[in-house]
Parts: sequence; C-alpha cells; structure tokens
Amino acid sequence: MGTREMMLEKIRQNKPAATQLPESWYFDSEYADTEAKFTETLQAIFTQVVVVKNGEELLEKATEMFGDVVNRASTVPALAGWADFSLQVADPHELELIEMAILEADFGVAENGAVWISDQYLTHRVLPFITQNLAFVIRRNAIVNNMHDAYLRLTDTTGWGCFIAGPSKTADIEQSLVIGAHGARSMVIFLLDS
Amino acid sequence: MSKTTMDHAEASVAFNKDESYVDWHDETLWFVRQKRDRSSKLLPEWEQLRNTASQIKDYVLSHMDELLLSFEQKAKENGVHVHWAYNAAEHNEIVLGLLNRNRITKMVKSKSMLTEECHMNEFLSQNGIEVIDTDLGERIVQLRQEPPSHIVLPAIHLKKKDIGDLFHEHLGTDAGATDPQYLAEAARQHLRDKFLTRRAALTGVNFAIADTGGFVVATNEGNADMGAHLADIHIASMGFEKIIPRQEHLGVFLRLLARSATGQPVTTYNSHFKKPRDGQEMHIIIVDNGRTAQLGREDFRNSLKCIRCGACMNTCPVYRRSGGHSYHNAVAGPIGSILAPNLDMTKNADLPFASTLCGSCSNVCPVKIDIHDQLYKWRQVLAKGGYVPKAKEAGIKAMSAVLSQPRFYQWSGKLGRSVMRIMPFMVNNQLNPWYKNREMPEPPKESFRDWYVNNRRK
Ligand code: SF4
Repeated sequence: MGTREMMLEKIRQNKPAATQLPESWYFDSEYADTEAKFTETLQAIFTQVVVVKNGEELLEKATEMFGDVVNRASTVPALAGWADFSLQVADPHELELIEMAILEADFGVAENGAVWISDQYLTHRVLPFITQNLAFVIRRNAIVNNMHDAYLRLTDTTGWGCFIAGPSKTADIEQSLVIGAHGARSMVIFLLDS
Repeated sequence: MSKTTMDHAEASVAFNKDESYVDWHDETLWFVRQKRDRSSKLLPEWEQLRNTASQIKDYVLSHMDELLLSFEQKAKENGVHVHWAYNAAEHNEIVLGLLNRNRITKMVKSKSMLTEECHMNEFLSQNGIEVIDTDLGERIVQLRQEPPSHIVLPAIHLKKKDIGDLFHEHLGTDAGATDPQYLAEAARQHLRDKFLTRRAALTGVNFAIADTGGFVVATNEGNADMGAHLADIHIASMGFEKIIPRQEHLGVFLRLLARSATGQPVTTYNSHFKKPRDGQEMHIIIVDNGRTAQLGREDFRNSLKCIRCGACMNTCPVYRRSGGHSYHNAVAGPIGSILAPNLDMTKNADLPFASTLCGSCSNVCPVKIDIHDQLYKWRQVLAKGGYVPKAKEAGIKAMSAVLSQPRFYQWSGKLGRSVMRIMPFMVNNQLNPWYKNREMPEPPKESFRDWYVNNRRK
C-alpha cells in the first residue's frame, strides 16, 4: 500500500463518529457608518484614507502626494499618465525597482481594514509586496462590514488573491512594532466616489 | 541545531537563574495576552465564534478522509501537484527530490512549524541545500542556531541587545546598535537579496480548503508572498488537520486567529493560493507524522483542532516563566505538551507535567480545545505506561488515590497541614515534584472544608 492509501485508511479507521456542521457560520456586524468604521480601523493600522470624487481628482491627489517619487507604477487607467514605470515586464524580479504602486482592488472590510486584491487586477502577483510603498483604489460603495460578508462576495474564480490590511509589519524585536518588514513601508487607500 | 535536552523542570531552573529576565519574559507575554483580551471583547459574538469554529473543526475530524480527497482532486484540477508523506523523513525526501530535480540548492522559507517538527532544515543542509528562514523572528533564531521558542513569536525570548549583537556579527550592523527600526531595516535589506535570488520557496499552510483546493498562508511581514511569487517553484507543507470544508468558513477562522494571537483585527497578509502563476510549479505536501495516531486517541484527538494562534502559551503561567525552549519540542506550551507525547512518549513524558492545570489555556483557545483536561489525562496515560520518572510517579499515584476517595482526602489534608507545620522538610524535598522552584505556601490552619463546616454550624 502506498503512503496516500495508508494515510487515508488509517484516518478512516481512527476518525471519530460523524458530527454535523453548525447550522450557520454567518454573523452580522451592523455598523452605523461602514465607511467611517473602515477609515477608523485603517488609521489604527497606519493607513491613510483619502476620498476622491473621480479619476481626475485621483490623478491630482496622486501627483500631489507622490509626484516627486521615481519609479511609479499603476494598474489604474486614470493614472496611466502618472506612472513612469511600465508593468510590461516578463520577469517579476524587475519590479524590484518600484518605489510606489497604486493598484486597483476589489473591496474593503470595515471591521479589520483589509482590502481584497487578486489576479484579476494584477499582472504580477508579487507587485503589492515588492513595491516599497503601496496604495489601493477601491470604490467608495465597495466596503463590506465583516469577513463573513467578504466571503459571501468572494466567488474567487482567480488563481490567487490576498487580503491586505495595512503596511507590512513586524514586532519580532522585543515586541516593538516596526512598519515595513518585507513588504510595503506605507499604505494609502483611495476611496473613489464614481 | 539540537542541543542536549534537559527535561522541562531542569530547563526551567536554568531559565529562572536571572530573575529580572524571567519577569520581563513573563510580562511581555502577558502583555500579548491582554491585547488578545481587548481585541476579542470588541466582538460581541466572540463566544459564538469560538463555538462555531470548534464545531467546524469537529466536523473536519470526523470527515477528514473525504475532505482531503476533495481537496486533492480540486488542487490537481487547479494544476497543483499533491504529495502525501507518512512521516518526517518522507516529507523531507519529497522536498529534497523536488529541489534536486530542478537543480536548486538554495531555498527561502516562510514560517512553518511543520518543517520544524520534521527537522527539515538540518536534513536539507546535510544534503547540500541552504535554507534561509525569512520571517524576522525565525531568521534571528536561525542565525543563533536555535529553534523558535514560540509558534507565533519565534524570538520572544530575546532582548534587543541579543539581536543587536547577533546582527552586528552576521549582518554588519553598528556595534551596540539596538534600535528595532534600524535592526529590522538591516534584516529587510539582507532578506530582500535572498528573495530576489532564490528559485524555490517553501511556505506553511494555515488553512486548506476542501471545496476549492486552495490554501491560505497568513503573515504580518509579507515574507511568504515575497518568496512564493518570485520563485519558480512553491512548495507548501501542511499537516493534514489544516483542512477546512468551505472557503466561507475562513470568515470564522480569520476573525479568530489574529485576535487570539496578537490582538490584531486580522493578520496583515492573508494570501489565498489556488493555481500556480504562469510558468510556476506549485506543490502541496500533506503530512501525517503521527497525526493519524492522535486522531485515534479519543482523549487527545481534539488537539488536532489547533489553529496555532499561540494564545495558550501567552496565557500559561508555566510557559511564561519557563520559556519555549524548556519544552524541547517544535511546538511549546500547553498545546505542544499534548502533541509531543503522541510523537514520543519516552522523550516527552515530562511535558504534560509542565502545567498547573489552571485551565487558562482552555479558556482562551479559539477552537475550544480542552487543553488542561488533556494534560491531566496524559499524566495518567504516561504514568500507567511507565514513562514517568519514579519521583513524579509516586506523587501522581498518591494524588490520584487522594482525589478518588473523599474521606481519605479529608484525612490526608489534615495530616498534610500538620506535617507541613511540624516538619516542612518532609514536603519540601526532592520527592515532591511540586517543590522544585517553589517554596511551599504557609499551610492554612484549617482547610476550607473545616472552615465551612465550623462556620456553617455557628
Ligand atoms: S491550542 Fe488553541 S490556544 Fe493553543 S495554539 Fe492551538 S488554537 Fe491557539
């Protein structure tokens, strides 16, 4: 008998009597103002939230905030002119030079400040990790209350996706919080009105 | 990497030599425990979440074979290679085989307690493979050539100065520098170079999803993603108990995990891997290594529900004052003390005794494992099997005799109280395992029962 069969056979012999799944695994979080909760949670995890009316205002803001940064990349059509770094590279290692990336993402979660990003919006999976600084653009009406709502929304047909909540961090040196462990050193979320 | 193993009590003595250090360790972990408390209280449904998680995991234990088969099938459809390993040796051989076939001699790794359990790094290095741990805490202990002392906070036993000295020696930071920001920046530069030059990455698995064939890896640093998305080949190692039935169940587990671990509302990165990216190879190794045996132990199978949050360690008065290394096992603390005897009863017979049975571990466990009950049950099993050192065994036998007979309990309590007052050396001697490192408390003049009886009469 091969390893696989042996493991499965032992599991069959040793597993306990069947139990049922709970009737529900959904819990409601009713926030009076979902966007306010999202913004407040993000502030607590070192992330700035900026509301912009439209693509033009996004471009204005991006220029104002990150205009003097070199090696800017973006997947947002409205920022095509702002970016000076092309994402049309064959080898993801070349993305190492990126200082600032502004990326389109799907939705945010109010209770924990996480944003869902996936293959659907990315040419390279490593992009949100390898860039020195990161910003996401999501629709203002695309904020759900909690993780249960998030998974109801996630059909996840793509090959890879990630919840990202704030910049990269570590507390491995005497529990002192340091922002910018391996991934982004800073994070901004743009909420787009239309 | 393995040092001569002392048993838990001896190692605790060594750990307790410097009192201010132990106090610091104790307080640091208690601080993490308090963060967990504050964070969990923000969710009114916290207890219901724990119940739900526990029920889902019960379902998992009782449908393990079906769930694994469904996971395997879906993962294969997604273009992921699935391997099965019965023990640590098989797991390590599979990893080595994959690297050899791809002519790779250097690999980056993100946190995986399973590979610690399998002693994979040592095996690979003996076979000419260099493995770099990329979680900052893990890299620190790797440079010190010691194992992690905590499953979530691998370097929690070290002070800034220790890390400053270590980085000065290995990474060339300024002598005497201890600023965490500065030291972490040095590690970032050092490890970026590794991420950019390694063709293979190994990650752990926090959750594997039966109905999608996907798996989730959670980190705060982003190191699992940096490794996996740059490498040509991504190997993910999982103990088979990491399976959950449906993707939606992640809603429950991800709400519990980070809050229980560090008090964060969620881990910074929860990466959902399903298909390899174009041109990449993705492998999953499903590991047993004693888990089927544990599944068959009715009293201990619940330990397989563990989601490795570390909360039981942070709250444990023994862990906090003895340190993770005293448990001489990949997973330390209360949960490690249940898992370890399953792997080796002879080597790990001391661990279920490294507990006061106060029950704090069971109270914080997000999946409601009856941790302290299991520790108590292991003591019986190990004593019956003859695995317990004689001194300790005499103590337990006497204890279970006392506990099983109420009348004897009253008598022995009275006797104990007078013996302790008259001849304390009878109690504070080497035959009493409880005396080690503890002054026995001043015996009360009357027991609570005597007091109760007297005062009720009045
Ligand atoms: S036993 Fe419970 S508290 Fe301890 S690490 Fe596992 S899930 Fe967390």
